[in-house]
Amino acid sequence: MNSTTPAAALAAPGSVGVVTAKRVDFQRPLPLRSGAVIDRYELAYESYGTLNAARSNAVLVCHALNASHHVAGTYAEDPRSVGWWDNLVGPGKPLGTDRFFVVGVNNLGGCHGSTGPASINPATGRHWGAQFPLVTVEDWVEAQARLADELGIERFAAVIGGSLGAMQALQWTISHPERVRHALVIAAAPKLSAQNIAFNEVARQAITTDPDFHGGDYYAHAVVPRRGLRLARMLGHITYLSDDAMAEKFGRALRTGSIKFNFDVEFEIESYLRYQGDKFSEYFDANTYLRITKALDYFDPAAECGGDLAKAMARAKAGFLVVSFTSDWRFSPARSREIVKALVDNRLDVSYAEIDAPHGHDAFLMDDERYHGVVRAYLDGIDVR
Amino acid sequence: MSAESANGTMTVRPGRAARHDFAAIARWIRSGAHVLDLGCGDGTLLRTLRETRAANGYGIEIDDAKIVASVRNRVNVIQSNLESGLSGFESHSFDYVILSQTLQAVRHTEDLLREMLRVGREGIVSFPNFGYWRLRTQILLGGRMPVSKNLPYEWYNTPNVHLFTIADFESFCVAHGIRILERIVMNERGERIGFLPNLLGAVAVYRLDAGRA
Repeated sequence: MNSTTPAAALAAPGSVGVVTAKRVDFQRPLPLRSGAVIDRYELAYESYGTLNAARSNAVLVCHALNASHHVAGTYAEDPRSVGWWDNLVGPGKPLGTDRFFVVGVNNLGGCHGSTGPASINPATGRHWGAQFPLVTVEDWVEAQARLADELGIERFAAVIGGSLGAMQALQWTISHPERVRHALVIAAAPKLSAQNIAFNEVARQAITTDPDFHGGDYYAHAVVPRRGLRLARMLGHITYLSDDAMAEKFGRALRTGSIKFNFDVEFEIESYLRYQGDKFSEYFDANTYLRITKALDYFDPAAECGGDLAKAMARAKAGFLVVSFTSDWRFSPARSREIVKALVDNRLDVSYAEIDAPHGHDAFLMDDERYHGVVRAYLDGIDVR
Repeated sequence: MSAESANGTMTVRPGRAARHDFAAIARWIRSGAHVLDLGCGDGTLLRTLRETRAANGYGIEIDDAKIVASVRNRVNVIQSNLESGLSGFESHSFDYVILSQTLQAVRHTEDLLREMLRVGREGIVSFPNFGYWRLRTQILLGGRMPVSKNLPYEWYNTPNVHLFTIADFESFCVAHGIRILERIVMNERGERIGFLPNLLGAVAVYRLDAGRA
């Protein structure tokens, strides 16, 4: 169960060390919310720590838009490949791998090892491409539940996620109330606002109008809609940061010290966005990006209860920690308070922390003392005997 | 858990040793009740109520360190500013809403008491009595703003923006149609005072409701 190797001993203190990804091949068809069915699929995952004899210490980490199952540690072949939530997960860290058995999974439709649009469709022998169905948060939770079955985890001590990952944690408590003892819902919203959807739509349009998109079947043309992905990522980055954080980090600083009266990179913020866009377009699959933004747009657990979130949460049995960040304008604290109210209305156990952090939506990835302090306190209180 | 409560930040409530009002409050709470504790500090009262009364519910607190301390005490705590009201709570959704030694630090006194008695079927309020003879003496003879076990601050660093007496509070209740169901007045040692409460009482605890039309 433990993918940490002896090399961990050589790694930085608090790191889970060198890790390896694993895969499970699922041959039982998975019916999706859209009505489509995926007959066979693989999920890539990693795990850290040891599952105890009572199997009571498993924690599932759900990822957001561009992350993966690589939550913590590094890969042997690349010491810079640090997991995306390494500051939170490791021995002695808030989510301590000395106590918990932590599982990270790449979601279905992803592009980091799990079956997705860039995978080969066994039915055709070609890339799935445009044929890959649209997947939802509910679908991901079902796929994750099957992985839990495979790992012998009947009930998670906790499911934790930030942003879109937090939506999965929330959905777990609705879809499988008996299988989640605690949910840590960080920088979340119970559904996207029109403004949120609008940003996603601009990102999708950037990708689908790229001449290299080819209706989603660009693999056959041996091209990638790189320009579209770049724009999508640049736009996304603007919404992840706060105005203050951008002012602090870049201000109006110029690369060369003076204005050049042309359209090359002049301001530092332009350089940053272009760099982020370029980097992203080299590793991320455009079809996956399209589908993940749609999964965000579709998430609305209250919808089937006439918009009543409290009614939707009535099935939940978990204890909750909800955390928001004051400078997050993408999923503002008011959105987290909607979740808290729905839980309080059901008399469910919930604690809520509103962290005064300057980083915007991205704050959930930062190593902030107050934020990590409350997450640590909450996780320390979870009984894992 | 004492490590968290021993932080150096300013605390509205005095130390736990002085919290004789907790015992009085706990006696009033029905077993299994649903409670909301406004300004719950490190969650000690909620924890006590859970352990002695099987009561559960939520605390509201604004301070980061006390949020962590409450979570460590395994009580539900919601980070929020009391001054912005209780709009996140439905009417009559709690058996008791508790405001323990916090009212004197609240700016919008009338709004908060109205909100308390909307959200809770009953309200429980405790506060340091500014009419206590030791405090009167400090002003009268010493000519200085009083400092005591229940009011442990200097005038320049006190979070207490509204200082009032038992007599003040009871006339406030009359003027605002708040019904006093029960009252306990204690001296600094936590002993009940029956005689001249506004003079001999250091702390007062009230059980209230919104009255009947």
